[in-house]
Amino acid sequence: MTKLFIDKSTTGVIDNDRFLRVQMRKQKIGAGIRYFVLLFCGLVMLYPLFWMFSASFKPNHEIFSSLSLWPNEFSLDGFINGWNTGTEYTFGRFFINTLYYVVPKVILTVISSVIVAYGFARFDIPFKKFWFVTLVATILLPTSVLLIPQYLMFREMGMLDSYMPLYLPMAFATQGFFVFMLIQFLRGLPTDMEEAAMIDGCNSFQLLWYIVVPMLKPAIISVALFQFMWSVNDFLGPLIYISSVEKYPIALALKLSIDVTEGTQWNEILAMASIAIVPSIVVFLIAQNYFVEGITSGGVKG
Amino acid sequence: MPIIFLKKHFKKMIKVIEKMKYLHYYRKCNLNNNKIELIDMYENRRLGLAYISPYIIGLLVFTAFPFLSSLIISFTDYDLINPPEYIGLDNYRYMLDDDTFYKSMGVTFAYVFLTIPLKLAFALFIAFVLNFKLRGIKFFRTAYYIPSILGSSVAIAVLWRAIFSLDGLLNSFIGVFGVEPISWLGEPVFAMFSVTLLRVWQFGSAMVIFLAALQSVPQSQYEAAMIDGASKWQMFTKITVPLITPVIFFNFIMQTTQAFQEFTAPYVITGGGPAKSTYLFSLYIYETAFKYFDLGYGSALAWVLFVAVAIFTAISFKSSKYWVFYSGDKGGK
Repeated sequence: MTKLFIDKSTTGVIDNDRFLRVQMRKQKIGAGIRYFVLLFCGLVMLYPLFWMFSASFKPNHEIFSSLSLWPNEFSLDGFINGWNTGTEYTFGRFFINTLYYVVPKVILTVISSVIVAYGFARFDIPFKKFWFVTLVATILLPTSVLLIPQYLMFREMGMLDSYMPLYLPMAFATQGFFVFMLIQFLRGLPTDMEEAAMIDGCNSFQLLWYIVVPMLKPAIISVALFQFMWSVNDFLGPLIYISSVEKYPIALALKLSIDVTEGTQWNEILAMASIAIVPSIVVFLIAQNYFVEGITSGGVKG
Repeated sequence: MPIIFLKKHFKKMIKVIEKMKYLHYYRKCNLNNNKIELIDMYENRRLGLAYISPYIIGLLVFTAFPFLSSLIISFTDYDLINPPEYIGLDNYRYMLDDDTFYKSMGVTFAYVFLTIPLKLAFALFIAFVLNFKLRGIKFFRTAYYIPSILGSSVAIAVLWRAIFSLDGLLNSFIGVFGVEPISWLGEPVFAMFSVTLLRVWQFGSAMVIFLAALQSVPQSQYEAAMIDGASKWQMFTKITVPLITPVIFFNFIMQTTQAFQEFTAPYVITGGGPAKSTYLFSLYIYETAFKYFDLGYGSALAWVLFVAVAIFTAISFKSSKYWVFYSGDKGGK
């Protein structure tokens, strides 16, 4: 790092070689300790996940009797029985149900958030400060205070037991976090290109579509990914609005399975839980850089 | 053919009209001192308002209106079947004698005060270790981030139940060392611990933010401290931590607002028990409103939670003046 040092032990005489050797050894030991800490913590953290995957291939009696990650008896019963579920629908049905609201949710969030963020980041707006403060306030607002009236509202509109209440609000940029993230990203981008296009006669919508959106692409992908993850994981929303089993998403189906079987058929439950998190893990591993960028641009630059 | 021609022609016409509309940019060029200043359309306030209008509608319809009507509902007795009946402050008066309310509030604050320091400390520690220029930093970052991606899903809550149940993974693990099985979800203290652990397990997102902040601390500061003979620990407490206090504060606020609203984990893992030891406040609101259909009391509870969180957040923001240093500041206060 630096070549400057002061040797305190010997009175002013600096033994260069010895000092460097000691330094090197110290660094090696330090690196070793760090790797050990990281590996150990990582293993402890990821062990439950690996265990869940392996447990889905174990027969029921073996799950808790051995800690090993490799099944002694390899069986697919967990997957087969779990997939058929205790209801009249297969797990595939619940998967598709989940997509029914996740896909519109992601699309609507992206469109509305980009439009609103563009307005906030670029335009002069009456009471801009006020609107911006409300945006940040909605991020911090506990959603439970909105839950009951929203439920009554959707009840009045006859939308209970449909996916509409889950994604309709997203058409109006109601998730302030995403708007905020996009605004932060947009503020960091120069306006030169847009000015040039303005002189060439683009209208504001063309500016947005042909210039801002391509530049925003990484941030847009982050928004889509985060919304995908959060919607797939969302539990309280479907729990309140979806009441018929026919329309259950994965989250509710898993809760149902754990209630019905009361912890006896763990291999089925864990197999289905594994299947439920596979899409999230695959999406994350493919696009992890976008997650990191998204989360840090929303946070640190703020 | 003619249609295509018309389309092309029409597009051209639109372009010409657009150009004419923005001709005033050219006119307003200030040519006197050879400096060209454009008055651009971004100063068109009406257009700006049009762009954020979806947000304003959403704010009014899906946030402001429910927010205020929830206050109104809290002054009524409403069970979805009979029309709401105005009962004044009765819901709040009832709350004063409601043991479950006190219990639930206490549990929620205990949960927040347990998870947040643990989670942030752990996130900062791992980020600190990762920040040494180690090989494979990306691999570790990914590994540590995965739990926070999955953490709030029901699948993980189910997994947690498999780990902590009486015949679960943890008991078979400690059984190897000859320890008697412990009823992790049956004892109040252990149940709280299990639920807390799930949230601490998801420290990845906070860690990624910390890591980005740590990487932006200028190397020269450490070098200066090293010349002065500072130890690693001194460098960490005297340089790193003060420089990243804004990020610590950001993480703190985001994590607490989330922790106050925790629902899935206690609902699925313990169902609030045993003896309401993990009966977090959002669970209480949910059950009051959607299980016992007492929407008036549920709204009152929700408003009390809102006020509690608001006070907590306000105190945090006020206190931040004393411990958060923004670059360019002369120091605290």
